[in-house]
Amino acid sequence: MIHSLFLINCSGDIFLEKHWKSVVSQSVCDYFFEAQEKAADVENVPPVISTPHHYLISIYRDKLFFVSVIQTEVPPLFVIEFLHRVADTFQDYFGECSEAAIKDNVVIVYELLEEMLDNGFPLATESNILKELIKPPTILRSVVNSITGSSNVGDTLPTGQLSNIPWRRAGVKYTNNEAYFDVVEEIDAIIDKSGSTVFAEIQGVIDACIKLSGMPDLSLSFMNPRLLDDVSFHPCIRFKRWESERVLSFIPPDGNFRLISYRVSSQKYVDGSTRICHHISVCWVELTFPCFMLTVGYLNSSLLPLAMAHEETRKNCLVAIPVYVKHSISFKENSSCGRFDVTIGPKQNMGKTIEGVTVTVHMPKVVLNMNLTPTQGSYTFDPVTKVLTWDVGKITPQKLPSLKGLVNLQSGAPKPEENPSLNIQFKIQQLAISGLKVNRLDMYGEKYKPFKGVKYVTKAGKFQVRT
Amino acid sequence: MTDSKYFTTTKKGEIFELKAELNSDKKEKKKEAVKKVIASMTVGKDVSALFPDVVNCMQTDNLELKKLVYLYLMNYAKSQPDMAIMAVNTFVKDCEDPNPLIRALAVRTMGCIRVDKITEYLCEPLRKCLKDEDPYVRKTAAVCVAKLHDINAQLVEDQGFLDTLKDLISDSNPMVVANAVAALSEIAESHPSSNLLDLNPQSINKLLTALNECTEWGQIFILDCLANYTPKDDREAQSICERVTPRLSHANSAVVLSAVKVLMKFMEMLSKDLDYYGTLLKKLAPPLVTLLSAEPELQYVALRNINLIVQKRPEILKHEMKVFFVKYNDPIYVKLEKLDIMIRLASQANIAQVLAELKEYATEVDVDFVRKAVRAIGRCAIKVEQSAERCVSTLLDLIQTKVNYVVQEAIVVIKDIFRKYPNKYESVIATLCENLDSLDEPEARAAMIWIVGEYAERIDNADELLESFLEGFHDESTQVQLQLLTAIVKLFLKKPTETQELVQQVLSLATQDSDNPDLRDRGYIYWRLLSTDPVAAKEVVLAEKPLISEETDLIEPTLLDELICYIGTLASVYHKPPSAFVEGGRGVVHKSLPPRTASNESVESPETAPAGAPSNEQPDVIPTQGDLLGDLLNLDLGPPVSGPPLATSSVQMGAVDLLGGGLDSLIGGPNFVAPPAAAVPANLGAPMGSGLSDLFDLTSGVGTLSGSYVAPKAVWLPAMKAKGLEISGTFTRQVGSISMDLQLTNKALQVMTDFAIQFNRNSFGLAPAAPLQVHAPLSPNQSVEISLPLNTVGSVMKMEPLNNLQVAVKNNIDVFYFSTLYPLHILFVEDGKMDRQMFLATWKDIPNENEAQFQIRDCPLNAAVPEVSSARSVPTRVPGL
Repeated sequence: MIHSLFLINCSGDIFLEKHWKSVVSQSVCDYFFEAQEKAADVENVPPVISTPHHYLISIYRDKLFFVSVIQTEVPPLFVIEFLHRVADTFQDYFGECSEAAIKDNVVIVYELLEEMLDNGFPLATESNILKELIKPPTILRSVVNSITGSSNVGDTLPTGQLSNIPWRRAGVKYTNNEAYFDVVEEIDAIIDKSGSTVFAEIQGVIDACIKLSGMPDLSLSFMNPRLLDDVSFHPCIRFKRWESERVLSFIPPDGNFRLISYRVSSQKYVDGSTRICHHISVCWVELTFPCFMLTVGYLNSSLLPLAMAHEETRKNCLVAIPVYVKHSISFKENSSCGRFDVTIGPKQNMGKTIEGVTVTVHMPKVVLNMNLTPTQGSYTFDPVTKVLTWDVGKITPQKLPSLKGLVNLQSGAPKPEENPSLNIQFKIQQLAISGLKVNRLDMYGEKYKPFKGVKYVTKAGKFQVRT
Repeated sequence: MTDSKYFTTTKKGEIFELKAELNSDKKEKKKEAVKKVIASMTVGKDVSALFPDVVNCMQTDNLELKKLVYLYLMNYAKSQPDMAIMAVNTFVKDCEDPNPLIRALAVRTMGCIRVDKITEYLCEPLRKCLKDEDPYVRKTAAVCVAKLHDINAQLVEDQGFLDTLKDLISDSNPMVVANAVAALSEIAESHPSSNLLDLNPQSINKLLTALNECTEWGQIFILDCLANYTPKDDREAQSICERVTPRLSHANSAVVLSAVKVLMKFMEMLSKDLDYYGTLLKKLAPPLVTLLSAEPELQYVALRNINLIVQKRPEILKHEMKVFFVKYNDPIYVKLEKLDIMIRLASQANIAQVLAELKEYATEVDVDFVRKAVRAIGRCAIKVEQSAERCVSTLLDLIQTKVNYVVQEAIVVIKDIFRKYPNKYESVIATLCENLDSLDEPEARAAMIWIVGEYAERIDNADELLESFLEGFHDESTQVQLQLLTAIVKLFLKKPTETQELVQQVLSLATQDSDNPDLRDRGYIYWRLLSTDPVAAKEVVLAEKPLISEETDLIEPTLLDELICYIGTLASVYHKPPSAFVEGGRGVVHKSLPPRTASNESVESPETAPAGAPSNEQPDVIPTQGDLLGDLLNLDLGPPVSGPPLATSSVQMGAVDLLGGGLDSLIGGPNFVAPPAAAVPANLGAPMGSGLSDLFDLTSGVGTLSGSYVAPKAVWLPAMKAKGLEISGTFTRQVGSISMDLQLTNKALQVMTDFAIQFNRNSFGLAPAAPLQVHAPLSPNQSVEISLPLNTVGSVMKMEPLNNLQVAVKNNIDVFYFSTLYPLHILFVEDGKMDRQMFLATWKDIPNENEAQFQIRDCPLNAAVPEVSSARSVPTRVPGL
């Protein structure tokens, strides 16, 4: 199991160590530093490193390395998941997971680590339980503590620890009872030179913010649940109900949490059935809860992508690509300059506005500088990292934004072999590009009437255009 | 008010200050002081001197203070075992506390204090806590048994804790069950023979019930435990699978992968005709793909596992090729793994897409990745026959880019394609030949030479091409030299008339001027072969080669089956069975997949797989160049001919008078310099003297007074890399002084002067003791021998490998760098003999953690004898030739 943990910052200082069994010397990290040196880039440090007596499993988060020391055979994913959970907990407690925050709260960090792992076995990792055991630092509390002499360590057993619903504490009380859901979809895509889609899929999540008193039992149903056939659930969801009725039934944790994540791919499955939900167009179920964000374009957004999917079934593409990019990046042979011309426009955007558009390009090493003119937004070029960032903003179909100009190359250097890829960021409000729609939310077990709401947003994930 | 204040130090000595504060009467001050102590501890400072003062703070009602003191105790109790006893009473008292949180905390902390004396006092409280009414205490106590076992295994067995732990598997609380399973699994790992986790249908049922209700981490432990069970028949296997499948939708990727392991293992027992089998296959794909949208570290582990799954059951992911397409900003370790899986999934249906992708990758920035992409194209060609043509044309396109490393990789893979599809793509040879000059890597050069030799009859100027390589024969790597030798012999057999001179040249280079035994052996064999029976030579050298298989670098099936049982573990990341890398003497039980037939037999016997199976070698189907004709060496060459080959039977070989004219003139031709006695076995003296001189040196060297063995000189800096300066050398140690014996050869056309030498910092501080003395200018084609005295007082820096030495040599032309490995024995002192007492004392001074113990198995004491005799047999074998 997990033996020790070292936290290391980017400049290679070990600023915190915690041992759950016997003490392991810091020098074990030398193997890690060696690998780090070899990798050149911090992101390329391999996550599993073997040393003569230990294994080092590490993650890189928020400019920090979490390096754990393992002595026996243990599932590496278990370790990596746990390390991410540790980072999440720090984020949750201190607002950020940074060296400064950890150093400022080192005692709490130590108490937390002790509470999360016992002899290398995870003990309490749910934020609800941890917060009952060790209260997060607030200015008010530290003032109160210093006056009353009380501490920020809870001295009763957390209620959730042993119940069948460890994620929820008992006795939750709110004056305003609210349940909000954010459906966030990210499009991961690779578009090739000619503009056709090499690969596209949607990574979706439903994040919930639930502030409900007591022990509410919720059921969330969808208009088109068949879209969701590749899902990962929060442990609170009753899997049987989902299997039999395609309804998400759960007693929620208190506060913010990720209810499900799902993937909608551009591919048909083995049985040849496409994932188009024909029933959608015929059934119209009345929405029983006030969806303030839901009112606009309900018909548009749910039916259009599906209709389109139907058209394109033969090309088996279910993922709409909301933007297109016209580009020509060329370098002249035997001359120290090149041309750069990129235009971006809307496509399959379901009539919504595409906003927050940013284009990032890693230019080849020989590029010295770029002299460009944007028709919209602003651009920066970092001559050290060779990263061009063009902050476009909103796309208006009447006047398509473009960025044109000259590229200065190192004189005498050979023409770059590689073609830079464009990384595109964008955001579309009030639209889930897969067409996923929440139908209704019902609450059982409690008497009061909660506020309910659903918000949809589509973003670019790893959206790359090859040139 | 942040905790960073705890790090500030005062002038008066930190420890002193803290001591005073810890003994303060004010509670608040005490707590602050303990916090400061903890803060120092977190950064690795030694605050163990404060032990008694901190322990004094333990008696308190303040839970936070208690916890902080416990934290301190866990870290330092081991260094102060006597003091730690002081804390025992408080622990025992806390184990009786009405608050379950405190009971649990006490038993948990006690288990972490790794002091033998304390463990005795721990037993009673632990026994109580294992039967505590509160499940939170029980689950904490379960883990504590594992801790205690780690400290004192015998005690745990004697006290009967293991049985109590087994009973906890039937506990009503799922969390307790999960922790009991986790503790038992950990204990079982150090006791592979014990039958601790005795799984039967009843206990399995309990585990499956607990699985639904416990925390995500508990689910991992339970699933890993389930994976060790062998269901009695396919029906039981199916019912377990049905109950495990919901775990595939868990948000925790470790749970998902553990569930995949259980399913992959039990699937083996299901009949393929079963509907359920198909359903299960379909259910496995989405969760595996989902793992790839997680953080890169998770992706890496997932990809390593998917690599195994794809080899075992390619049908699961055959439609998911696209998710393995590489994004340009993936970390390199993810990119390389994705590429590997892409090739495994390549089939006729998707080959067009795959090739388009690979071609795209071949223009990326990262050199390693580009190389692998080019290789991947070649592997596709071999794997999917229909695509071969497209692959070849893609490779040709890439060669047109003229990017040096792309061209070289392409040539290496094209050679493999020729071996898979002979007489199909030879039209591209002309294009390949155009790039002959740009090849500087041995593998690419060797591949090109192989191609020229193999297709010599179609290349008009094959002799010229090979001759051009021959010019720098001595500077080439062994791989290239061997290949060149073979290629020229092939050429000679195909076009004997024009190439006699060439073959004579290469044979003499290989047999007389080379120190490499492989090269010499191969040279002699060809020579003998050509001189005895050219027909046989033709049959042997030009024999039809077996086609290489498409099953390139697949993991060997038995190993694969074993690895499938280890999905999700470190073994799956390294693709090696745990026995190959798990530390220590803990025997590892080999796991194997259950048989498909529904039998009652237990398959979990450790005998099913051979212990320490050396099977991690993948079947290397594409032979490396060195092996192409390697099997020639094993050929039985028939009875040795005792005189000059006078048999005239070979004259029948058409117009080619190989022996009478061909080879004789080859031997006694006008250009002949040194009489190659090897051709005439009667004159064995000469080749033995030259060819085997180093072997004799070895024996004589051992016997000489100077003591240490001197390796033959090796070429450290080939002339090609150093503008004509060739340096070869070796290291010697004579009566306490180390020296570096160098031979400098000027192969350039101009005179060399002003030599100087410098070493980079190295592991043992080796440095020249005197400047490099080359008295006269070194004129072209001249060489000079110098012995450079060395000492070990230079600056030290750890090198990888340890005995690596980087050297810079300067002359009037330029500065050249090379690195070499020096034999460690040159550093050993002659007067190293120690008396027994001294030795034992020194041995004890080495800290325990620096001591590694391992067992050498299957090593009978007389093993050394055959070893020696086989070494001796070398000199006797050669004269027989």
